[in-house]
Amino acid sequence: MASLVGSRVERKEDKRFLTGKGRYTSDINIANQTYAVFIRSPHARAKIKKIDTSKALKASGVVDILTGEHIAKDKIGGLIAGWAIRSEDGSEMKCPPNPPLAKDNANFVGDPVAVVFAETLDEAKTAAELVKVDYKVLKAVSNLADTMNSEAIHEGIDKNLCYDWLLGDRQKVKEAFDKADKIIKLDIINNRLIPNAMEPRACVVDYNTASEEITCYTTSQNPHLSRLIMSAFGGVAPENKLRVVAPDVGGGFGSKINLYNEEIVCSWASKKIERPIKWVAERTESFLTDTHGRDHITHAELAVTNDGKFLGFKNETIANLGAYARVFGTVTPTYLFGPCATGVYVMPAAYSNVKAVYTNTAPVDAYRGAGRPEATYTIERIVDKAATELGMDPIEIRMKNFPTEFPFKQTLVHQVDSGDYAAGLNKAKEMADYDGFAARKKASESKGKLRGIGVTTYFEACGIAPSPVVMMLGCGVGLWESAEVRFNPTGQVTVYTGSHSHGQSHQTTFAQITADELGVPIENIDIVHGDTDKGTFGMGTYGSRSLTVGGIAIVNACKKIITKGKKIAAKMLEASEEDVEFKNGEFVVAKSNKKKTIGEVAFASYLPGVRDEVKSPLPEGEEPGLVESSFFDPANFSFPAGSHICEVEIDPETGDVKLDKYTAVDDFGTIVNPLIVEGQVHGGLAQGIGQALHENAQYDESGQLITASYMDYTMPRADNFPEFNIGFTCTKATTNPLGVKGCGEAGTIAATPTVMNAVINALGGEEISLPATAEKVWKACKSAKKTDAKAA
Amino acid sequence: MKTFNYHSAKDVKEASKLASSSSAFLAGGMTTIPSMKLGLATYKNIIDIKGIKKLSGIKVSGKAVTIGATTKHAEVANSKEIKKAIPSLAALAEGIGDPQVRNRGTIGGSIANNDPAADYPSACIALNAVIHTNSRKIDAEKFFKGMFETVLKSGEIIEAIEFQVPQKSNYQKFPNPASRYAIVGVYVAKHKNGINVAVTGAKSCVYNDKDLAKTLSSNFSAASINNVRVSSSGMNSDIHASAEYRANMVKVFAKKAVEAC
Amino acid sequence: MKKIDVEINGKRISKEIPDHTLLSDFLRNILNLTGTHIGCDTSQCGACVVHVNGRSIKSCTAFATDLNGSKITTIEGLAKNGKMHPMQEAFKKMHGLQCGFCTPGMVMSAIDLLKNKKNPSDKEIRDWLEGNICRCTGYQNIVAAVKEAASKM
Repeated sequence: MASLVGSRVERKEDKRFLTGKGRYTSDINIANQTYAVFIRSPHARAKIKKIDTSKALKASGVVDILTGEHIAKDKIGGLIAGWAIRSEDGSEMKCPPNPPLAKDNANFVGDPVAVVFAETLDEAKTAAELVKVDYKVLKAVSNLADTMNSEAIHEGIDKNLCYDWLLGDRQKVKEAFDKADKIIKLDIINNRLIPNAMEPRACVVDYNTASEEITCYTTSQNPHLSRLIMSAFGGVAPENKLRVVAPDVGGGFGSKINLYNEEIVCSWASKKIERPIKWVAERTESFLTDTHGRDHITHAELAVTNDGKFLGFKNETIANLGAYARVFGTVTPTYLFGPCATGVYVMPAAYSNVKAVYTNTAPVDAYRGAGRPEATYTIERIVDKAATELGMDPIEIRMKNFPTEFPFKQTLVHQVDSGDYAAGLNKAKEMADYDGFAARKKASESKGKLRGIGVTTYFEACGIAPSPVVMMLGCGVGLWESAEVRFNPTGQVTVYTGSHSHGQSHQTTFAQITADELGVPIENIDIVHGDTDKGTFGMGTYGSRSLTVGGIAIVNACKKIITKGKKIAAKMLEASEEDVEFKNGEFVVAKSNKKKTIGEVAFASYLPGVRDEVKSPLPEGEEPGLVESSFFDPANFSFPAGSHICEVEIDPETGDVKLDKYTAVDDFGTIVNPLIVEGQVHGGLAQGIGQALHENAQYDESGQLITASYMDYTMPRADNFPEFNIGFTCTKATTNPLGVKGCGEAGTIAATPTVMNAVINALGGEEISLPATAEKVWKACKSAKKTDAKAA
Repeated sequence: MKTFNYHSAKDVKEASKLASSSSAFLAGGMTTIPSMKLGLATYKNIIDIKGIKKLSGIKVSGKAVTIGATTKHAEVANSKEIKKAIPSLAALAEGIGDPQVRNRGTIGGSIANNDPAADYPSACIALNAVIHTNSRKIDAEKFFKGMFETVLKSGEIIEAIEFQVPQKSNYQKFPNPASRYAIVGVYVAKHKNGINVAVTGAKSCVYNDKDLAKTLSSNFSAASINNVRVSSSGMNSDIHASAEYRANMVKVFAKKAVEAC
Repeated sequence: MKKIDVEINGKRISKEIPDHTLLSDFLRNILNLTGTHIGCDTSQCGACVVHVNGRSIKSCTAFATDLNGSKITTIEGLAKNGKMHPMQEAFKKMHGLQCGFCTPGMVMSAIDLLKNKKNPSDKEIRDWLEGNICRCTGYQNIVAAVKEAASKM
C-alpha cells in the first residue's frame, strides 16, 4: 500500500460541510430550551450601583434573570490566567478577579453584568431592555501608552501593571552595544486585531435533573480544558458531572481557546432554572467580547557593525492585556514573544523586557501566531531598517547573520533542532524573481506608481509543549496530548484525539497517518474529537500543535497496537514474536508466506478462544481487545521557518496599496498533506496581510470600540489578494518520529513584516505605522515628496 | 427584531394609504432590514411595494433613460439599453454593494434612503434626473436635502427616475475598505447644456461641485482639475478618511472620471 | 402571522409564520435547514446566501413573508440523488473550505456567478465574492474551485 503521508488526499470532512450537514453549536436545539440574552456594560469603566430586574421579570416569557449577586451567592468562580509570569524583580504577576457576571465593577464595554432567560429570543431581548442597571461611570483607561500613569483599574494593582518581565542579560547587551559601529532604533505600534472566526461564539446547555449531569455544547478549541476550568475554578459541577462538547466549530484562531463568561453562566444557570439554555452571540457581541490580539508598543534597538553583523538587540515592550488576564493572555507577550524577537539570526546578546498592563478594553489573548507575529515584526522591521541605513541589500544582511549549524542555540531560550534558512531564502528569491524587481519598479514608475519589495525570514516556536518546559515557564497545566486507537472487531479503526479541529482537517490528516501506521484503508478510519465523554483528556488545539503533539500521540498509540498485534499474530501463526514483521497492514512470518492481516488479528483479539473456524487463543498474559492509548509529550517545541518576499504598487495620488506579488517559501519538515498545508499557508497569509494593510481594532478615549462591525472593521475579502506563490523546503524535525513541524501560524507570522517592508521600501524608507491604510500612505507620499523637493 | 404587520400593496394608491409615521415602504430592504435587525429602526407596518408591477422596468428614449423605482441594481447593470445609452449608469449599478445586494436592492430605495455614501444619488445629480413620485415630479437638485433626508412626504412614493442622457459621463469611486460604500464617489457628466460633477461620500449629502464643473466647462480635461483647490471644509471625517483626505480624493477621482469619459 | 407557500429544494412548504420572520430564521429555526449560516448582523458576511428564483440573495436580509410563492434553493438542495453539485465537488477537490462555516454561502454565491458568466477570470471571481467573507482560506482555493467548477459545468 502506497504511503498516504505526503499525498494530496481530499478531505473526509468536506461532504458534510458542503451539503449543509455540518453541525455547529448554533444548529443544536434542545426540546424546551430557553434563550439567553446577556446584558452588557455600555461603559468601559463603571461601578455597578444597582441592578433593577423587577420590571423585566414580569415581562412576557421571562423565565429568570440572574446577576453577579447570584453568582457570588452560589460561589461560582471566575475566569483565569493560565500562565503565572514573574517580574524581573522576582515578584508574582498581579491578576484581578474576573467573575462570570460583573458584580461591583464593569471593566470594558461588553463586560456582562446580568442575563435574561426567556421562552423565545425576541422575548429575552425585549426583557433585557427592561433591566435597569444604575452605573457610576468612571474615567476609562484606554490609551495604552498612558496606562501606567492612569488611575488603577483594579484594586491593589498599581500602575495597572500585571508584571514587568525580563528575559536576557542587560549587562551583556550593554557591552555589545558599546562595541557597535551603529545602533538602529525603531518604534513600533503593533496594531490590535479582532480574530473574527466566521462562526460567532455560542453555547447550548442541557441539565439532566436525574443524573445531575450538565452537557455544554460550545464553540471551543479545547473542550477538555474548558471543562477543567469550569469545574476546578468555576465550581459549576465536578468534572464527572460535566460534559463539554465542541461539535463542528467554525474557526477559532485563538479566540476560542478561552472558556468564556457565557459558558460558565449558562452551565450554572441551566442547573438553577432546570431548563436547557441556548445562547448565540451576535457579531457585535463577538467583536466586543471575543479575546483580541496583538496590541503592543515596542521600542527596539539593534547594534550592528558597519559590515552588517548583528551584535546585540534590545526589545522594550508595553503589552495590552485588556481588562482581565485570560488563559494565554500573560504568556503571549512573554514566552511566546520575547524569545522569538531575535529572529533567525545569530545574536550574541539580547533582552526582551515586557510590561503587561490592564486597560478598559476587551481581554487580549492568543490570536493566530500569538506573540510570534509581534516578535517577527519587530526583528524583521529593524533588520530592514539596518539594511537601509547601512546601504545593504535586505537579503545580503539576512544571509550574513544566519546560523550555519544546527541544532542552533537561539539567543534567549530555544534550541532549534533543524533548519536551513539560506536554502529557503535562496528559493524564495528565485521564485519571486527578486533580480527582476528593478525592471518592474521602472515600469511602475513610468505609470506614475511607486513599487516596493519586502523580504522577511522568520522562524517560530510552535507545537506548544513540552510539559516540563512550559510548566517551568509558568504554565498551569502540562501541554502533552493524548490519543486512543481502537480497532472494532470487524477491522475498522476509531481514533480518539484530545486535539480539536475547527478547520484544520484532522479527520483527514490524522486518518492519513493512522492509515500509514496500521495499513488500514483511510475509508475505514474515523477520527473522533471534541467531546469530553469520548476519549481521554486532551489539551486541545492552538499554537500549531495538533500534528506535532496530537498527531504523534496517534502514531505512538498505533505503534503500541502493532506491538500487541505482533504477539497475537505470532500465536495465531505459531511463530515466535521475533520472527513476525508488520508491513502494509500484514503480520508476516519471516522467510515464509504465513501471514495474518491486521483486521484478522483485531478480530481474533476480540474472540480469544477456539471454536469451529475461529482459532485465536491469546498469548498468555495478553488481555482481549485491540485498543491502545498514548500521551505524547515532545522533547521540544517545533521550529518551522521560511522566507517570504512580496511586492506592492502604490498610487501616490490615493495612497492605495496594491499587493501585487507574494511568494512564500516555508519549511514545515515532513508534509502530511500538501493540499491542506497550502491551505493553511494561504489562510495565514491573508490574516498577516490583513494586519499589514486592512485590520485595526480601535477604541476611542472613552473606551468605546469604534470598529465593532464589518461596516468599520476591515475584513479582508477575496479582491484584496493576488494569487499567492507557495513553495517549500524541508529539513525534518528531529524531535518527533514523523519529522513534522507546525504549519498553522507561519503565514500570519511572516506576512505582516513582509508587506510592511515592501510598503516602506516603496516609500523610500519612510516609516509608517500598521496598518498601511490608503490615507496614511498618501500622507507619507506627500511628506516624501516634500523632503525630495527640499533635497533637490 | 420587534414584530410588525406586513402588507403587500397591490397598487401605489393602496401603499400610499397604508403609510403612516410608524410605517416604512419595503422595496429591496437592503437598508431597512439591517437597521430593523440592529434595533436602529422599528415600524408597526411594513408596506411591501415590490408587487406593484408599474414600479419596475426600464425605458430608454433618445434623450432619457427612465427606471422604475423597484428596478433592481442587477437589472440596471445588465440592461443592454442602458449600457448603450448611459454606460456609466450601468457601470455604477454594477459597482453597488455585492451581487446579493444588486439582486435585491432597488434604485428607488437607494434614492429615498439618501445614504451620504450611496452611489445612485450622485447619478441623479450628474444626469439631471427628475424623480417621479405618485404626486409630483422633482428635480434631483431639489430632491436630496441632507443626511438620509429627502423632500419626500409621508405617503409619497417614488415611481420612477428619469435620467438625461449625457454626451459623455463616468463614475469613479474609492470604496471604504470595510463597508465598501463610497468614501468618495465622483460622477462627471457632460451635457449639451452644461457639466455636472456630482460627489457622494464626501459630505453629509450628495452635492454638485460647481467649481469643478465650471473648470471643466471651459476645459474638459483632467489636467485642468489640477489647478482647482477642493476645500475640506464641511467634509466628513472618520476612522477611514479625514476631511483633508476626502478633499484630495474628490479631486483625484474627478480626474479619473474625466479621463475615463 | 402570515401564511406563506414556497417551494424549498423542490418541496412545497406551507407555513403560518410571524410577519417579521427573516428567511434565514425561517430556514434554520422553522424548517431545521441549518446549512444556511448566520455570521454577522450587518448583511456583509454572506454565510446565509441562498437562491430565490435562481438568483443569490442574503437570507438574513429578506423577510420570509415577502417571498411568498418563490422557489428557494439552499445548500441542502444542491446534491441530487446523493451526488454533489459540480461546485460542491470542485470545492472539495481544490480544498476551497476549512472550517466550513462560510462555505454554504460561498458555494451558493459562486453558482450564481457561473449563471452570469460561464468562464470568469480570477478578477471576476474575486470581485463577485465581495459579499462573502472567509477567514480560513485566504480565498485562493475558493477561486481555484470556482474555476474548476466552471470547467466542469
